Amino acid sequence: MCDFSKNIMELTWLIPVLPILAFGLILLTGRRGPGEGAYIGIAGIAASFLLSLAVTVITVASALGGHEFHPFTHSVVWATLGNIDVRMGFAVDQLTVMMLMVVTTVTLLVQVYSIGYMHGDPRYPRYYAYLSLFSAAMLSLVISDNLLLFYMSWELVGLASYLLIGFWFEKPSAMRAAKKAFIVTRLGDVGLFLGLIVLFWYTGTVNMQEMFAAVPSLMGTTLKIASVALPVLPLAGILLFAGAVGKSAQFPLHVWLPDAMEGPTPVSALIHAATMVAAGVYLVGRMYPVFAYEPHSITLTVVTVIGVTTAIMAATIATVQHDIKRVLAYSTISQLGYMMFGLGVGGYTAGLLHLMTHAFFKANLFLGSGSVIHGTGTQDMRQMGGLSKKMPTTYWTFLIATAALMGLPFTSGFFSKDEILLEAFHTSLPIFWLGLGAAFLTAFYMTRLVALTFWGEARDPSIHAHESPRVMTIPLIVLAVLSLVSGYIAWPSNNIFHHLVHFGDGAAVPFSWTVMLLATSAAFLGLGLGLALYLRPVISPSIFREKLPWAYNLLQNKFYFDEFYWAVLVVPLFWITKVLARFDARIVDGLVNGVGYATLGLSIAYSWFDRVVVDGIVNLVGGATRISGRVLRYGQTGVLQNYALVAFTGVLVLAWFYLFR
Amino acid sequence: MNSWILTAITFLPLLGALVILFIPKAKESAIKWTALIWSLPPFALSVMLWVGYLKSSGGYQYVVNIPWIRLLNINYYLGVDGISVPMIFLSTLLTTICIIYSWNIKERVKEYFALFLFLETGMLGVFTSLDLFLFYIFWEISLVPMYFIIGVWGGPRKEYAAIKFFLYTLVGSVAMLLAIIGVYFYTSPHTFSIPEAVAQLPFSKNFMLQSLAFWAFFLAFAIKVPMWPFHTWLPDAHVEAPTAGSVILAGVLLKLGGYGFIRILIPMLPMAAQKYSFMLAVLAVISIIYGALVAMAQKDMKKLIAYSSVNHMGYVMLGIAAACAATGGLQLNDKAMALNGAMLQMFSHGLITGGLFLLVGVIYDRTHTRDLSQFGGLGAKLPVYGGLLAFMAFASLGLPGLAGFVSEFFVFRGALPIYTVMTGLACIGIVVNAAYLLWMLQRVLLGPLNPRWAELPDINRREVISLMPLVILTILVGVVPAVLLTMFNGSVSRIVGMAVGAGG
Repeated sequence: MCDFSKNIMELTWLIPVLPILAFGLILLTGRRGPGEGAYIGIAGIAASFLLSLAVTVITVASALGGHEFHPFTHSVVWATLGNIDVRMGFAVDQLTVMMLMVVTTVTLLVQVYSIGYMHGDPRYPRYYAYLSLFSAAMLSLVISDNLLLFYMSWELVGLASYLLIGFWFEKPSAMRAAKKAFIVTRLGDVGLFLGLIVLFWYTGTVNMQEMFAAVPSLMGTTLKIASVALPVLPLAGILLFAGAVGKSAQFPLHVWLPDAMEGPTPVSALIHAATMVAAGVYLVGRMYPVFAYEPHSITLTVVTVIGVTTAIMAATIATVQHDIKRVLAYSTISQLGYMMFGLGVGGYTAGLLHLMTHAFFKANLFLGSGSVIHGTGTQDMRQMGGLSKKMPTTYWTFLIATAALMGLPFTSGFFSKDEILLEAFHTSLPIFWLGLGAAFLTAFYMTRLVALTFWGEARDPSIHAHESPRVMTIPLIVLAVLSLVSGYIAWPSNNIFHHLVHFGDGAAVPFSWTVMLLATSAAFLGLGLGLALYLRPVISPSIFREKLPWAYNLLQNKFYFDEFYWAVLVVPLFWITKVLARFDARIVDGLVNGVGYATLGLSIAYSWFDRVVVDGIVNLVGGATRISGRVLRYGQTGVLQNYALVAFTGVLVLAWFYLFR
Repeated sequence: MNSWILTAITFLPLLGALVILFIPKAKESAIKWTALIWSLPPFALSVMLWVGYLKSSGGYQYVVNIPWIRLLNINYYLGVDGISVPMIFLSTLLTTICIIYSWNIKERVKEYFALFLFLETGMLGVFTSLDLFLFYIFWEISLVPMYFIIGVWGGPRKEYAAIKFFLYTLVGSVAMLLAIIGVYFYTSPHTFSIPEAVAQLPFSKNFMLQSLAFWAFFLAFAIKVPMWPFHTWLPDAHVEAPTAGSVILAGVLLKLGGYGFIRILIPMLPMAAQKYSFMLAVLAVISIIYGALVAMAQKDMKKLIAYSSVNHMGYVMLGIAAACAATGGLQLNDKAMALNGAMLQMFSHGLITGGLFLLVGVIYDRTHTRDLSQFGGLGAKLPVYGGLLAFMAFASLGLPGLAGFVSEFFVFRGALPIYTVMTGLACIGIVVNAAYLLWMLQRVLLGPLNPRWAELPDINRREVISLMPLVILTILVGVVPAVLLTMFNGSVSRIVGMAVGAGG
């Protein structure tokens, strides 16, 4: 690496700092800022994009250069506790730059698109401030060289997500969705938090590379809780994965993501499709040495099972939803599950490749749906139809992204999805078949979505759809191109992507025609079924609802997860808080007040005792003295004879006493 | 060298209180300005303390030690280390902030500001004393002005709350006095000096007595913190106290308890502390979970924040319990981490909860209600207020980048290796914390605007000025915790018995 390149790499820390500066500047200037804040935000992320591009070029060039590649790192001491230094810094390797390019590209496009989509919103500057905050947090997550900074950024993207889901907070559904998203993901985050602490505890560092170096020495180490000995590596891995389950909306914590569609649609595209939700996948990829401490580790098995369950479950739900954004949301959940089980079966490269391609085509789909919503004013597909003629750019770009999501040949999704299935094929056949099933379902629900939205006749005559302005369609075109071509870097015979991003010895799983043909047929089968139901209804679209009403209802109600959590978690929680509050007021405080009143009562009793008994005795003594005085007074006659008589009598008595006793 | 500085810091406010007493009652503006200006030199001096403190040693500095009552070997013994200096800074800062915030006090202005300065002397005295007798005197002094502040300027049930606060704390104080006398008689030569007593380890031969002394000190400190089940005076005191009173109460007075644990209990009675540390941990975890759950049930915004204090001080106690647990060996770094975390949490909680109480005051002054069901939609109407409230609420729920997170992180990191199950359970608090704070934000700021508040003015400049230092420090500590840790770590390492010199 030459000096110039080194100097550029040293500036990597600026990549997240530029957007945070934009954030501050927008907050300060508000509507007075250029473009009401929009241009500041765009300038910030554009600068980050250019810097990321430079960093990427340098990194890729030196990784392909032939010599042994070392990640570029830089860190400083952040805190010292006891004798332990906690260092903060950044590290750039091939995975980092892939993620940097995905995040900065999509963010830049979404910010440009938002100029059109958010035009006229009363809190327009604040929207750009939040987006900039998100970019900063997401980018610092990507470049962090240690798990602590990773976790901190992870929480901050959660904050940005909360703020943007609840952007239209006057709407009760939006404010609830925001809160739900934050709390549900925080459940998972506790796992990540504990995982981070356990690794920090056993390795004495938060730095990822140092943690990885310590992994072999932790094999067989156990953590004893009471009499149970837990092996540390799987424990830490599963705890970390819990964070990914929350953030990447995996089963059973997926329930927040569909509700998060309450946010503005560009936000859904950026945060809840392309970048933030993929952070969970990135976490597994980043911390892969902890997950894959041995081939087919317990941790990887957990990742696989959760991933494939999510992929199938969400895909089935997506087949019956009516809200265009919700279909896409469930599709996102399903695809994230795809990436997860890809990583789980050992397809490190495949899972991460799918992260990248998915980011492009799913952002494209969401922005396309945003364009549709912008043009029609509704999200309900039952009110749409026939939009292909009125919104041609939106339609064609949407169609390309759909093909990529289905994994039709020669789109980006074709390469990444095939690779995941290929890995599954070599590791576990049941997982492979389930993945194939999910691929079939994906093709089906996407055909249904496109048919209901763009094909046929307009179903609601009151809607006058129009194509969106160019500021919105140009990002769509760019993303459509990326959805088409971004997979070619993983062409099987010359897999550059695999050469860059791989784990361990790096041998790619050999290409298999069987897998490719099966995967492609699954996609075409789903496409065909979709066409048969919705384009030329050979089969009635309502057949499922009529023949299997219980199953239809189950899917329509998303397997009743929300209702289940409400009954099992939320209601008991509220009940406990109420009971405890009453316990606190009545029992704990009652005891304190009881002691107080008892003391008061006792003091009243004492005061009575004091007044009546103690003082009574005193008065009694006094009274007795007085009375005796009064009686004895009669003896004080002053007559000497009487005194002499008394004295004489006394002498006689004493004499008798001494003489006769 | 510089031995006058602690005396000046401690007694300047008292002098200010006396000066205010000489200003005629009618000159309210003069009284306020005098109070404000008089609160600045102690603040400036506390900054000087911070800058001048030699962090690498971690020992007592700026020491002054003059015989006072020779017969009982009581000395006027002041000195500070890396633990007390930040607490002194926090006390002087919050006093100034409270004086600015209290500008709209209407009744008995003169007494109010005089009492506030008097209170400052009490608080600062506790942090500067190194003589147990002196410590006790200041401990009691801090009680009296707060009693009057609650009892005179408080809400509808002020008498009840003031008496409850006073008596409850007094119960603890009496126990502490007995323990202090015990320490005196079980040292030879008899001494009240904290460093000397620590060096001698009183009762080290008689575990029975050491335990008794431990529980006596424990009672005083646990009530002050407050730790479950000694916490019920806190919600009442907070709800009834005027805003500035709540800020000082949460920001400084609760910290006296934690400070007592760290300054006296851990170093002076280490065997008993180790023996009973598990009980401390259990009570701490109960405080964390219970405080969070009860906070969630509250309908009064101020009471909600009061219970959140029980929860947050629970983290402090968890750190302290972990630090009590082991006396040596491999866990020293964990102990240091836990204790550093506890100190960070004390400081952060002062900033964050202080800020939250100010914000409750702001909305109460405008609406005359704290009932959470009465608000709604204020975020659109009062954007600046909404932003600040959201900021403080997120700080309180431990958002990274803000002060609350670093302290929680280091407490958990320090405590998990020592009390794995207890610390794991405490994580429930993290989730519930988020739940009740976000729910509070929702009920105040989000949703459709309650038409009753259509004419509500946003937060004014004076209120923003009083909040700004807290906001800035919350970010600073969250992003660069080293500003505090370089102060804490030297002294913390000394207390847990590590070789000093590392780090700093």
